[in-house]
Amino acid sequence: MMEFSIWDLIRNLGVGAAWTLGLSLTAFVLGGVVGLLVLAARVGPWPRLNRLAKAYIVVFQGTPLLMQLFLVFFGIALAGVDVPAWLAAAIGLTLFTSAYLAEIWRGCVEAIPKGQWEAAASLALSWGEQLREVILPQALRIAVAPTMGFSVQVVKGTAVTSIIGFAELTKTGSILANATFQPFLVYGLVALGYFLLCFPLSRFAARLERTFHARSH
Amino acid sequence: MAYQFDFAAVWAYHEMLAQGAMRTLALTAVGAGIGVAVGTLGAVVRAWRLAPFDRVFGVYVELIRNTPFIVQLFFIFFGLPSLGVHMSEWQAAVLAMAVNLGAYSTEIIRAGIVATPRGQIEAAASLALSRFEIFRHVVLRPALQRVWPALVSQIVIVMLGSSVCSQISAEELTFAANFIQSRNFRAFETYVVVAVLYLLLALLVRQLLLWIGRRFVVGRPAT
Repeated sequence: MMEFSIWDLIRNLGVGAAWTLGLSLTAFVLGGVVGLLVLAARVGPWPRLNRLAKAYIVVFQGTPLLMQLFLVFFGIALAGVDVPAWLAAAIGLTLFTSAYLAEIWRGCVEAIPKGQWEAAASLALSWGEQLREVILPQALRIAVAPTMGFSVQVVKGTAVTSIIGFAELTKTGSILANATFQPFLVYGLVALGYFLLCFPLSRFAARLERTFHARSH
Repeated sequence: MAYQFDFAAVWAYHEMLAQGAMRTLALTAVGAGIGVAVGTLGAVVRAWRLAPFDRVFGVYVELIRNTPFIVQLFFIFFGLPSLGVHMSEWQAAVLAMAVNLGAYSTEIIRAGIVATPRGQIEAAASLALSRFEIFRHVVLRPALQRVWPALVSQIVIVMLGSSVCSQISAEELTFAANFIQSRNFRAFETYVVVAVLYLLLALLVRQLLLWIGRRFVVGRPAT
């Protein structure tokens, strides 16, 4: 049996944590892009597309992330393509993130008074221009804090991808716990790793929320 | 050749799926019951700044909210036995869900408690209500009314999150799905069906809890 010192554990977990961070950033950025499209479909002047976007959000918010990952993993495999775990993880988390961000941003867009839309329309702006030039710049200001807050959920969500075999922080921890017979220590360190990633984000989100409240009152 | 879907291969196991769904519901009911009780206690301690317990709950809330549920579950199930604390997969699953929900509901219910207008407590005191009566009728119940929808959403999130309990062999709905797909080799169909079941459970639990809220928490006007 190989001997692991505490530094070996930390070094290995550090590599896992780097994958967690990479996957989180990928899912957050791509999820933001897809989320923006879902948002447009959700609030745009197209009733059928609105319903479709609403269903998309309900499905992703009403099913476990683990099921979504399994479906992506086994769904792409049906087409005869071999999916590596990291790709299934990135696609699954991107879709998951896009649904939540679209719903958060919808709340922000709907918080903008209707008169803003009407005023923009009276200036003969197209719907896309109304959204881009008038609504989104205002909605962005209220969206920053809850979006930041949701990034914590994305980081924590990446832990579930360990189940489809992606070697991020949790998976690395499971392997090390089995190799060293020290689950208490290893899972403690894993939890600490997530805490170090998430706590600053939580704090930052809370501070943004306070500054926004201070400015709007 | 195009893939031929075969949902009959999943239907053959419908009894197992129904049982798995019931077990997920049972797990959620017990976990949520304990979790909301812990959250109520934590909220009172935090809102009234009862030292030193408010600090303890503050650390607890931050630790739980900034780590993934699956790591909490593994820590409880695989890690605690080395301290001599052994438990079955069911006990570990319920404990992890209760601990997780306890942290979130502490913050949710606390927000409801701190929103109590000062004047209402003073008015109640001037009517010679005891401290406990004030707490029960003027502080806690309206607080729960205010935050009930947020609490319901969090319980649904915890229920969906419980699907990872299959990883410690707690025999809930996802465990049933994993077992079925290992028998019928129809992974995609099985997980589609189970995802739909989760969606229905989520809608059902939400409506049920909102009804319970209207009937027992919000329902009758405070007398």
